[in-house]
Amino acid sequence: MQLFDPKASSGLIPVLNVDEVEVQRQMTVCNACRYCEGFCAVFPAMTRRLEFTQADIHYLANLCHNCGACLHACQYAAPHEFEINVPKAMAKVRLDTYAEYAWPQVMGKLYQRNGLTLALASGTGLALFLCLTLMVMGNLFTAIPGGNFYGIFPHNTLALMFGSVFGFAVLALTMGVRRFWRNVSPVAAPLPLKTSAALEATANVAKLKYLDGGHGEGCNNADDQFTLWRRRFHHLTFYGFMLCFAATGVATLFHYLLKWSAPYPIFSLPVMLGIAGGIGLLIGPAGLLWLNLRRNPAHGDEKQKPMDRGFIALLFLVSASGLALLAFRETTALGLLLAIHLGLVMAFFLTMPYSKFAHGIFRSAALLKHAIEKRQPNPINAGSD
Amino acid sequence: MIDVLIIGGGNAALCAALMAREAGASVMLLEASPKIWRGGNSQHTRNLRCMHDAPQDVLIDAYPEEEYWQDLLKVTGGITNEKLARIAIRASSSCRDWMRSHGVHFQPPLSGALHVARTNAFFMGGGKALVNAYFRSAERLGVKVRYNTQVTDIEMDNGKFVAAHIEEHEVDGQRVAAERIEARSCVLAAGGFESNREWLREAWGQNERGEWPSDNFLIRGTRFNTGVLLRRMIDLGADSIGDPTQAHMVAIDARAPLYDGGICTRIDCVSLGVVVNRDGERFYDEGEDFWPKRYAIWGRLVAGQPGQQAYSIIDQQAIGRFMPPVFPGTTANTLRELARLLKLPEEQFVKTVEDYNSACRVGTFDHTALDDCHTQGLTPAKTHWARPLDKPPFYAYPLKPGVTFTYLGLATDETAAVHFNGKASPNLFVAGEMMAGNVLGKGYTAGIGMAIGTAFGRIAGVQAAASAGFGISSPNKGARHATV
Repeated sequence: MQLFDPKASSGLIPVLNVDEVEVQRQMTVCNACRYCEGFCAVFPAMTRRLEFTQADIHYLANLCHNCGACLHACQYAAPHEFEINVPKAMAKVRLDTYAEYAWPQVMGKLYQRNGLTLALASGTGLALFLCLTLMVMGNLFTAIPGGNFYGIFPHNTLALMFGSVFGFAVLALTMGVRRFWRNVSPVAAPLPLKTSAALEATANVAKLKYLDGGHGEGCNNADDQFTLWRRRFHHLTFYGFMLCFAATGVATLFHYLLKWSAPYPIFSLPVMLGIAGGIGLLIGPAGLLWLNLRRNPAHGDEKQKPMDRGFIALLFLVSASGLALLAFRETTALGLLLAIHLGLVMAFFLTMPYSKFAHGIFRSAALLKHAIEKRQPNPINAGSD
Repeated sequence: MIDVLIIGGGNAALCAALMAREAGASVMLLEASPKIWRGGNSQHTRNLRCMHDAPQDVLIDAYPEEEYWQDLLKVTGGITNEKLARIAIRASSSCRDWMRSHGVHFQPPLSGALHVARTNAFFMGGGKALVNAYFRSAERLGVKVRYNTQVTDIEMDNGKFVAAHIEEHEVDGQRVAAERIEARSCVLAAGGFESNREWLREAWGQNERGEWPSDNFLIRGTRFNTGVLLRRMIDLGADSIGDPTQAHMVAIDARAPLYDGGICTRIDCVSLGVVVNRDGERFYDEGEDFWPKRYAIWGRLVAGQPGQQAYSIIDQQAIGRFMPPVFPGTTANTLRELARLLKLPEEQFVKTVEDYNSACRVGTFDHTALDDCHTQGLTPAKTHWARPLDKPPFYAYPLKPGVTFTYLGLATDETAAVHFNGKASPNLFVAGEMMAGNVLGKGYTAGIGMAIGTAFGRIAGVQAAASAGFGISSPNKGARHATV
């Protein structure tokens, strides 16, 4: 699976793999056409280049949001002999990006059968916490007054386990995206430019600008009709996740600063954030899965469906088990639900650097690079202007 | 019986279908191509030339009617119909809100096309996005759309449309029985004949070298414009207009596909170097004017050369100064090597380039202006951007004529009616490429095809609906309707 070596000396011209050569071929056609310039950032970025190096190809691939607009508008899409399908070509290269820039590199292999990776991680997480619960409590159906789950696993044990796994995930993603950034982006720019670029890139990430179709009516899903639902469900997923993350953060502050330990009452800040986020993280992934099942088969890379759907399912289950734990924390189901929830959260954290999660990191980096380079003079002066 | 039958599936056909449906008529649209290839040549278009007296959303400054008309007069050399031309021009100033209401989005000009920022409104995503939007809107409004339906004959009764005939045919291996579709009125918008090789051969004939020039033409437009209906109408006695050899004809990359080459097969470096024919000789002033104003004459120029081929030659200095070509150039470090690779007569080719090089009077090169770099004492002269080709590597791009669409069509008037012996049919109308030749006798200017197609498509739709009893004064007629 070592398709190229990102650490290879930059003096050597890397040999492109089949997926990269296909993007290079398609971008050469697109650059001579340019009808899709209004849809997203990929095409304006393309027009700043006459040739597409490996770094350019990975940058453009991660700039692509797989919205489908350019495919449905393409006069050169199959059955035309040029067989242009930019969303598909880009999706294939993106998988190479995730795998090749994974840290440590050997872990990139987990992208080969990512659905299996997620399933195995979930199984391992569940088994681990079920066994731990049994070891500690002797059974899985333990009621603890007030739903105090620290009665099963002490706070410090959980903090150490999850803190270290999460810390590793952050480190691995940082190392990966750092290498990606250095390869695609030796752009020197003054600080004020970088600051305004960073603000724009952040806004584009936060608003999912490039799922709006360029005209605000949305992207494509089943056919050439536009829909805003992909954007909305992604927002619910993303902000749901962020609210859950905020709930954990607030709880940590309560614990260490206010010396106020969980479990918290329903109307406390951490629980309210968790409930709101959890609901978003139920509806969002469910909607995304629903759209994914109705997605035009020509969009993206069919082989990545297990990765996409596995990730969506894991997010949904994390949220569902969390909400169930809250609902039944004062019953004998506490032990079992806690084990399930912690097992799934552990699986999610363990696979963060080796799952679909990485798409958000690499895409944000690509958007930042685009925001920087578009503020600089275009190196190409094609003259027809 | 349906009220209005639309034959064709491109921009003009869709405009007619939408207008007729909005007027209250029941409408059926027959597209010859399968769904995946729908939209005729409109899928390859990208903008609409628009008259406007003040800046409008994506259009800057003003482009008044008179200037538009003068531009059209110039490119057609006067072979136009002023009355119909002015109808199309005026309609282009007010049709875009209606287009938007059917889902068309406009955007500022694409990179590499800023020279038309004042005159042309670009479709976001190009013509196929526009076609998709119109089909969605048509189906939402209840227009019945049928694909794979090539009309082969029109049944007339004393100048009046009666029915369309479809021969028995096969679709995906399934036999479809012959059919006769009656309607109260009909709009013909089924395109020109650029993809009919026999007809092109007949029109272009044999030249003094014994060649059949059209055998070497590539078609930039749709493979479905075989002119079946146009030929049938002429045979039925409909009045025609235009020269069958006149067409939108561009010099494109000789390696382009035989059909549907579209925009990306163009070669934009002609004005930055020299163009030689198969004999290694130059034959026209490559620097006469900006390329966007000249590309549409080079198709005919190349068609006149032996073998209908030519080569655009540039050196390293031109790289990055023109729209990137879709196919890589042939590259060599010396002119002799380039001649060998291109299989051109070596001595003649080198002499041509060296004669050109020594004739160059280089002033201040500026590819964004009509600069002062020209040749002296050379025939043909190069009047701008003349710089010696002496910075290797050299690049060559092979050229062939690329036909976008033909101009031979049916004669019509301001009601878009088909005429027989000068008499207008009461219920048969024509729009799009099938009548664009009334306005475009020859030549071309960007975005005029869509302007004619939109204007006369909408007129034909209103007229066809009125003829079927859904009158211009009917309550369904809103302010958005085309005035005729």
